[in-house]
Amino acid sequence: MKKASTYFSKLITTLILLTVATGFSNSESDKEGQVDTSDEIKEYINHHIKDSHDFHLFSYSNDAGERKHIGFPLPIIVWSSEGLVTFMSSAFHHDDKGEIIVEKNGTKFAKLHSKIYELNSGESSITFDEEEHASNASKVLDFSITKSVVGVLLVGLLMLLAFSSLGRQYKNKKVPTGFGRVLEPLVLYVRDEISRPNIGEKHYRKFTGYLLTVFFFIWILNLLGLTPFGFNVTGQLAVTACLAIFTLVIYTFSGNKDYWMHILWMPGVPYLIRPVLAVIELAGALIIKPFSLLVRLFANISAGHIVVMSLIAIMFTLKETLGVAGATLLSFILSFFITLIEVLVAFLQAYIFTMLSALFIGMAVAEHDHDHAHDENTNEVVDAEDVRENFL
Amino acid sequence: METLINDFSPGLFIVQTILLLGLILLLVKFAWKPILNSLNEREEGITNALEAAENARKEMQNLQADNDKLLKEARAEREAMLKEAREIKDKLISESKEQAKIEGDKIVLQAQAAIESEKKAAMADIKSQVAELSVAIAEKVIKQELSNKEKQLKLVDNLLGDIKLK
Repeated sequence: MKKASTYFSKLITTLILLTVATGFSNSESDKEGQVDTSDEIKEYINHHIKDSHDFHLFSYSNDAGERKHIGFPLPIIVWSSEGLVTFMSSAFHHDDKGEIIVEKNGTKFAKLHSKIYELNSGESSITFDEEEHASNASKVLDFSITKSVVGVLLVGLLMLLAFSSLGRQYKNKKVPTGFGRVLEPLVLYVRDEISRPNIGEKHYRKFTGYLLTVFFFIWILNLLGLTPFGFNVTGQLAVTACLAIFTLVIYTFSGNKDYWMHILWMPGVPYLIRPVLAVIELAGALIIKPFSLLVRLFANISAGHIVVMSLIAIMFTLKETLGVAGATLLSFILSFFITLIEVLVAFLQAYIFTMLSALFIGMAVAEHDHDHAHDENTNEVVDAEDVRENFL
Repeated sequence: METLINDFSPGLFIVQTILLLGLILLLVKFAWKPILNSLNEREEGITNALEAAENARKEMQNLQADNDKLLKEARAEREAMLKEAREIKDKLISESKEQAKIEGDKIVLQAQAAIESEKKAAMADIKSQVAELSVAIAEKVIKQELSNKEKQLKLVDNLLGDIKLK
């Protein structure tokens, strides 16, 4: 409900924006940066989905008709042809169309669709080809502290604070108090519902740390994305790709002999089919699995953001047909409920990512003997394979 | 697809990799290890405590059973002792009865023997006294009647005819 209320405040902000926008929409020159038509909305949403080089909270036009942006700049760190260059993003003055050229250390930079371009030497402005791509500038390796990096740092710091304090609590007492009492069941949940059943009793301890980190990292960032700060960290391909590759590296390097045997030389099938299977299995293990992880998270979170923002935009797009009040009410009701669903999705995607990571790791470390292990009571030891069979 | 590839920022990827790696290492060292270790310890502690409680319960049960057994044994022993005592008592009583009877019989026999001998002695005494008396009577009679010979003889005859030994 808290998230919903924060969205409500976002809505109010947008409402104020709306009234301001309608009030000043008479003069063409004031329209710059305002979001009014569906093309502008589309562009605004696309812009939001992307990473950003400054921390922008909201914009408004003041009484003098000037466009004001509220937020703060973030440092830009790029690796250009002349080496490492740093400057503040305020140098671009919120330009995202490559119009403002920043000259630093003898190289010229422009920001175009949230990307920093380095102009070829001798050029003074960006020219575009027919497909709207910059023709005389090239992308640079961008290590900037972007909004996503700020989000990652913020969440990292929060997690460190919260969980190390929980870790310290156990030194003095057996049962945590305060906020630790909320965190402990979550940690137990990840350990007992995700890590232990998917990886198996024998190996789960080694990987639980990674799974816990990833779970809380994704979950908190997903939730942060629902606040009016407008983070979209888990909707960045680079971030989800990084997470997926971490999982890939972990299960590839912890894979045992059986795992590689099943990939490269599948036992129990005719020899002729084995090389074909090896190709398929290899593609599955090295490409499809991480790809499914990174695309699922990216697509779900991005789609969630797009849907919520589109529903908020109803108040602009249906203003003509429903009237201001009707469009706002409809927009409010729809975005309210979709936001509630997004809160669920935030958890669900974190859960699925962690669960699948655990599953992939479990497949890599599971003992693939088909006569199942028995303990001294001749009960079947529950291993990851059985769990998977049950799961499927 | 092209926009997706275009949107992919290698710089952000590298920054994120470094940050995530750092975050994982720091969290494992300062959070997950102590947390998971303590949780495991606690769970083991709980399991052990439960086991100990179960063991204590079993021990209590055993003790209870032992107690019951002891009690039963004690009761049985008491019963046996009582029974034995009763038997002893009965035996004693019957024995003493018998003894008394034998003793009594003996006394009776002795008494009878004594009576017999006393009787015999008395008889002998009586006989001797009777003889003496007879002699004395005879003497007196003889002394009185010697004057009359006929009477003397008659008397002797009568006397002798009367005297009869039992």
